[in-house]
Amino acid sequence: MTGISDTFTQSKKHVARRPIKWSVVGDHAVLVAGVLLMVLPVFMVFATSSHDRIEIARTGLQFGFSDQLGVNYGKAMFEKGGFTDTVDGSLMLMNSMILGFGFAIGKIIISMMAAYAIVYFRLRFATLAFWIIFTTLLLPLEVRILPSYEAIQSLGMANTYSGLIIPLIASATGTFFFRQFFRSVPEELVEAARIDGAGPVKFFIDILVPLSRTMIAAIFIIMFVFGWNQYLWPTMITTEESMFTLVRGIKQITQGVVDSNDIPEYGQALALSIIAIIPPVLIVLFFQNWFVKGLTESDK
Amino acid sequence: MAVVTLNAVGKTYPNGFEAVKPSSFTIADGEFVVLVGPSGCGKSTLLRMVAGLEEITAGALQIGEREVNDVDPADRDIAMVFQNYALYPHMTVRKNIGYGLKNRGTSTDAIEAKVQEAAKMLNLTELLDRKPSQLSGGQRQRVAMGRAVVRDPSLFLFDEPLSNLDAKLRNQMRIEIKALQRRLGVTSIYVTHDQVEAMTMADRIIVLNGGEIEQIGTPAEIYHSPASTFVASFMGAPPMNLIEAWIEDGAVRVNDGTLLASSGNRTVGPVHLGIRPEDVQLAENGQIPFDISIVEELGARRLLHGELGGQPFTVHVGKDVPATAGQTTVHLKPESLCFFDPKTGKAT
Ligand SMILES: Nc1ncnc2c1ncn2[C@@H]1O[C@H](COP(=O)(O)OP(=O)(O)OP(=O)(O)O)[C@@H](O)[C@H]1O
Ligand SMILES: [Mg+2]
Repeated sequence: MTGISDTFTQSKKHVARRPIKWSVVGDHAVLVAGVLLMVLPVFMVFATSSHDRIEIARTGLQFGFSDQLGVNYGKAMFEKGGFTDTVDGSLMLMNSMILGFGFAIGKIIISMMAAYAIVYFRLRFATLAFWIIFTTLLLPLEVRILPSYEAIQSLGMANTYSGLIIPLIASATGTFFFRQFFRSVPEELVEAARIDGAGPVKFFIDILVPLSRTMIAAIFIIMFVFGWNQYLWPTMITTEESMFTLVRGIKQITQGVVDSNDIPEYGQALALSIIAIIPPVLIVLFFQNWFVKGLTESDK
Repeated sequence: MAVVTLNAVGKTYPNGFEAVKPSSFTIADGEFVVLVGPSGCGKSTLLRMVAGLEEITAGALQIGEREVNDVDPADRDIAMVFQNYALYPHMTVRKNIGYGLKNRGTSTDAIEAKVQEAAKMLNLTELLDRKPSQLSGGQRQRVAMGRAVVRDPSLFLFDEPLSNLDAKLRNQMRIEIKALQRRLGVTSIYVTHDQVEAMTMADRIIVLNGGEIEQIGTPAEIYHSPASTFVASFMGAPPMNLIEAWIEDGAVRVNDGTLLASSGNRTVGPVHLGIRPEDVQLAENGQIPFDISIVEELGARRLLHGELGGQPFTVHVGKDVPATAGQTTVHLKPESLCFFDPKTGKAT
């Protein structure tokens, strides 16, 4: 008995007296500093969005909260604004959603099909086709923005969702990832499926798409965030306020009033900023597990 | 169930490499044929041509009454088991087995019934809801078998299906596959480079070398009367002894003049004399001196490695035969001798 209680007290003492490891403390200090660096600005934006515009104009960003939180968010989301009084935050949120989802989904569909054609079909110039697609990586939309604008404009697609989304879809990133992935799928799987009587469409839908699901999730996140954060292209192609996305609309709130020499609605603009951050964060949280899997392991 | 006929079937790959020279043979209904040969000899190529996964560039292939050169793999009424199983990783065992039936438009109930039946036959019933990643190698192998069995094909094709398993499991699966094939009576072509598999499973063996058929025969024929020195040394472990000798005056002699055997009425000239190590007997007062240098102890038997007439020679004796390194004499069973032409390597 004594032996057991002895060791017990000993180990208790041991726990209590465990020396502080300064290296661990140091590690944590660095991590905490990093977290603060990332989170603090966001927090300040959030806190400031609860103040009224006069307060903000006078003292700048705030650390504490005030009583205007509900008012600011309500107005930002539901009060029609802009020159034409046709757009509010919720409409812009919806536009952004359409852009983000439309872009990500469209991109995945197009690039999967392109990669499927390149990898699995004996096309005469498959490799050449792939490298031509690949070179579009060197020509992002920003480089070809004038001709793109010209083309979309003359097709009458300005101020439409398709005009907003389609030109962004045309790039090689997705095709490249899917091509690499498809090439790693064992040849025997294709042959087994052929013997099992799966034609090209069945093989694609029954086998290739389910096998690629982690890859799809990973690309979906990247593409959604990329589409969501687009600024330049939406600014050019949407002139009607009802087509504005959040990312470009935030500025509009302050813009309108600056011209009229009033104090801008800073609180509402900051509220919209917070709202604009939320969906990408949710998407990343939701797909996080798959994302890591898709980029690191092939699930085979 | 079908007769398979190859009529001068050959394969030249697009890069000009002739992997299979035009070959002809017929596989009887329900027969189990093993294709065996060293790596790169064209076994897989030949099998894949039968499966329809590789285009046939010469000759004609018939399965049953039908010429199938241009028939899609799915419509050849075959099933294939791959070396790495090629199970669909995202499907359960049940779906894996039933996928081929589903694509043929079989009703869900019929699929379920057939899957259950196949699973019972292969002891897979408990595993039907698992994914392939949750199975052991042997279980995966059985699922691959199930996928083949469930379709009721008229021809089974196996491409080294056991080579990813450990030795013990391989022996067990070998027997299971053979028993299953017997029971179902389905014509089968089985590719392997393992001669034990070939000898034990085959009704007939086809030995391939460099894209050419060296010999077709039952395991006993292949073993006891190899058609060429290649077959003689490829089949059997340890391989057949081959001694360079000379025929003159009705006798076969080695260079140093030792008389090995009588040559019957064979033509005068050089010859390669072949004899299996177990067809050699140690004899106290024999005629042929044998110099043992190494005794290899294998438990049930012993291998004696040494020299006969200045050439490497192996004798295989039972564990009861005492043997030590040093000079002794041997006796060659006359009925077990094989004669090969040294130039062509063919039996004479
Ligand atoms: N697509 C191809 N193009 C050109 N040559 C090929 C091609 N595929 C295989 N070969 C060649 O054809 C020959 C036969 O190949 P095959 O795969 O049939 O050999 P194998 O007998 O199955 O060998 P293993 O026991 O190693 O599987 C080899 O020499 C190989 O290099
Ligand atoms: Mg092979």
